[in-house]
Amino acid sequence: MLYFSKLRIISVIVFTVIFSYFAFSNFVKFDDKFFSKNINLGLDLQGGSYLLLEIDNRPVITQKVQAKIIELKRYFKEKKITLKNFSLKGDTILFETTDNEIENVKNILNDKESDVNTYYPTYKSHEFDVLEDGNLFSLNYSRYGLVLLKNSSLDQAIEIVRRRVDEVGTNEPNILKRGNDRILVELPGLDDPNRIKSLLGKTANLTFQFISQNNEESFGTEKLSFEDGSRDAIVSKRIILSGDNLVDAKPTMNSQTNETVVSFSLDRVGAKKFGKATSTGVGKQLAIVLDGKIISAPSVREPIIGGSGQISGDFTFQSATDLALLLRSGALPAPLNIIEERTVGPDLGQDSIDAGILSLFIGFLLVILFMIYKYRAFGLIANLALVSNLFLLIGILTLFEATLTLPGIAGIILTVGMAVDANVLIFERIKEETKNEKNPIIAFDAGYTKSRTTILDANITTLIAAFILFFMGSGPVKGFSVTLGVGILTTLFSVYFIARLLTSLYVVKNKDKEQLL
Amino acid sequence: MSNISFNKFYRKFNILSLVLIVISLVFLIFKGLNYGVDFKGGTLIELRTTDKTNNISLIRDSFNQMNLGDVSVKKFGNETDYIVKFEKQNSNDPEFIKNIQNKLSSSIGDVDFRRVENVGPKVSSELLKSGIIAITLSLAAMLLYIWIRFEWQFSLGAILAIFHDVIITLGIFSIFSLEINLSIVAAVLTIVGYSMNDTVVIFDRVRENLRKYSDIKIFELTNISINETLSRTIITSVTTLLALFSIYLFGGEILKGFSLAMILGVIFGTYSSIYIANPILVALNVSQRTIVKEEKD
Repeated sequence: MLYFSKLRIISVIVFTVIFSYFAFSNFVKFDDKFFSKNINLGLDLQGGSYLLLEIDNRPVITQKVQAKIIELKRYFKEKKITLKNFSLKGDTILFETTDNEIENVKNILNDKESDVNTYYPTYKSHEFDVLEDGNLFSLNYSRYGLVLLKNSSLDQAIEIVRRRVDEVGTNEPNILKRGNDRILVELPGLDDPNRIKSLLGKTANLTFQFISQNNEESFGTEKLSFEDGSRDAIVSKRIILSGDNLVDAKPTMNSQTNETVVSFSLDRVGAKKFGKATSTGVGKQLAIVLDGKIISAPSVREPIIGGSGQISGDFTFQSATDLALLLRSGALPAPLNIIEERTVGPDLGQDSIDAGILSLFIGFLLVILFMIYKYRAFGLIANLALVSNLFLLIGILTLFEATLTLPGIAGIILTVGMAVDANVLIFERIKEETKNEKNPIIAFDAGYTKSRTTILDANITTLIAAFILFFMGSGPVKGFSVTLGVGILTTLFSVYFIARLLTSLYVVKNKDKEQLL
Repeated sequence: MSNISFNKFYRKFNILSLVLIVISLVFLIFKGLNYGVDFKGGTLIELRTTDKTNNISLIRDSFNQMNLGDVSVKKFGNETDYIVKFEKQNSNDPEFIKNIQNKLSSSIGDVDFRRVENVGPKVSSELLKSGIIAITLSLAAMLLYIWIRFEWQFSLGAILAIFHDVIITLGIFSIFSLEINLSIVAAVLTIVGYSMNDTVVIFDRVRENLRKYSDIKIFELTNISINETLSRTIITSVTTLLALFSIYLFGGEILKGFSLAMILGVIFGTYSSIYIANPILVALNVSQRTIVKEEKD
């Protein structure tokens, strides 16, 4: 156990030096990217916001179900099959058919090649589950139909969230899918999350609808209130134009009225639709509706055919900028709710770093002094192993650009406290062995060999705890499990390579002394 | 090597442990744990006031006027720093926090929100569930590991020792109404690892001694093993505690609960690996034949 080949000695030194170097690269600036790596600081240390958003899919499902009814009506009409009494009960589509068509309708809906009820071979399921009771049919989203719908709305939402966050321009945001209806947004270094929160909280569904003069519109009408809550207006349900047709939006100053407005430009289809609607609707009031609230309802004085226009409505420059941003990034498929928020201010983060480093330093110093007091020369060896252990640990975290959190720093300090355990086990064993064995080299060798299983057992148990924490924990706690787990590996390396190498050099040199340990 | 008769006190300390466990369980069942926003849902705000004349009751009054449900206000480290917790959590209103800050500024002067945690009811119940799963899983994993490495009598002893540590640590948190949050779960898991580690070191020695001495009874043998490993047990506990006290005293307010739980866990973990794990080996009549039989199988 005490013999080291030259090659081994060199590899231990090289290995230690490389990782110590990476540990130091946190504090020194190098030009080269590979040589200058930094530990990522968690949100709790550098400050920033962690937002967990949940998408509310209910409106999407309702919308899709309504569209399905129209599709079914059209499809069966073409096939000359009579369906009647369409109704919606929750999100279940109900309809009736004549007695002699029952089989026919059933076959169409359950056909694997069905055009109206898509079949997904991978899931062995249709988009809708079909139930029939006599001539009464009911269609419900199947489990997988719902999963697919949720996934696609989540994908869309993530894209929109990313655009909005990018537009605000925070550094290195992290946007991730969580399950099939959640989005995790991490915004490091963000001082004030309020703006992003209010931007992400808006669906930004923009529509242009005429204000209805009489209540007998063919599309039906709805009562909407103005944004400022001052009054309501009856608006036609017919949507002239929606935000989908917008290609650009920006805040500008209207030179005539001297107020801030949002000017937008439309794509070709949008421009055509808008031109047509405004030429037939001269004199009418056009309501600009955002998320079910009327922003403003200017009167159409002349046809707008150029494909661009302005939205006015008591904007400040900030609110106009935000609206333009929302319109540029597009509408969310469904509303998002913030179900978890954790924000740490940058100065608290810095305080935490300072406190963490101070306690690391003090803890380290206390352990080092205690070890020297207890073991003298071998205490020094254990301490050297401990120092290199710390460098290795920080070096590995740096090389893999792991995220360091406040509990992560606690994990490092705890590693310092627990890392000496292995050396203590060995030293205590050697002491016992020396009682019966006069040859120190044999005694030391036996001490290492006999304590090995115990050390492995003891470290594996802690490693198990760290592993489980890594897979079950979130955020800062995960950072703790990383440092604890990596700490065990570096501890074993520093004990079995560095400390053992130093011990063997020391013992061989001083083998004639009485009582080495 | 020390020669202390630990085994003389097995019974006395077992009674003490039982009493502590019963007290802890009574508190855990009837008083329960003081869950933080992580597990209960709600909002936590760490704030710093600029006006030093502010005090807890003034801040509590200002929050109470905002209809936020149950409000608790505590000093947090500095004399200008406070932790405010309340039930309400509003996921539909992105301006929620901003409005609170504005109202607060107008009643008690400029405040800086240093930390805001806002956890919805769904997330908090999920976090609680995954915390419980994590602790259960780690206990199961430890049981499995030690079951593979040792005879069943040893596994039972080690697991009971861990339960002892976890129950008493949580019991103390319940008695003193200390807050349970995500980092406490991390602490409990580490305690589980540490307590196991400590027990395994002694058990390894017990097994070794069972092979070495064929005529010493387990009651005496556990005592020899405890004494042989005692200086290691003490040194490791001391260095770990030095590190933990350093976190507790200098690591900032956020890590206080975490390091306190760990300190309690290390103390009880060290105690239990001597006074819970070993008496169980004695009670289960572990003998030289126990390990011989296993090895023949």
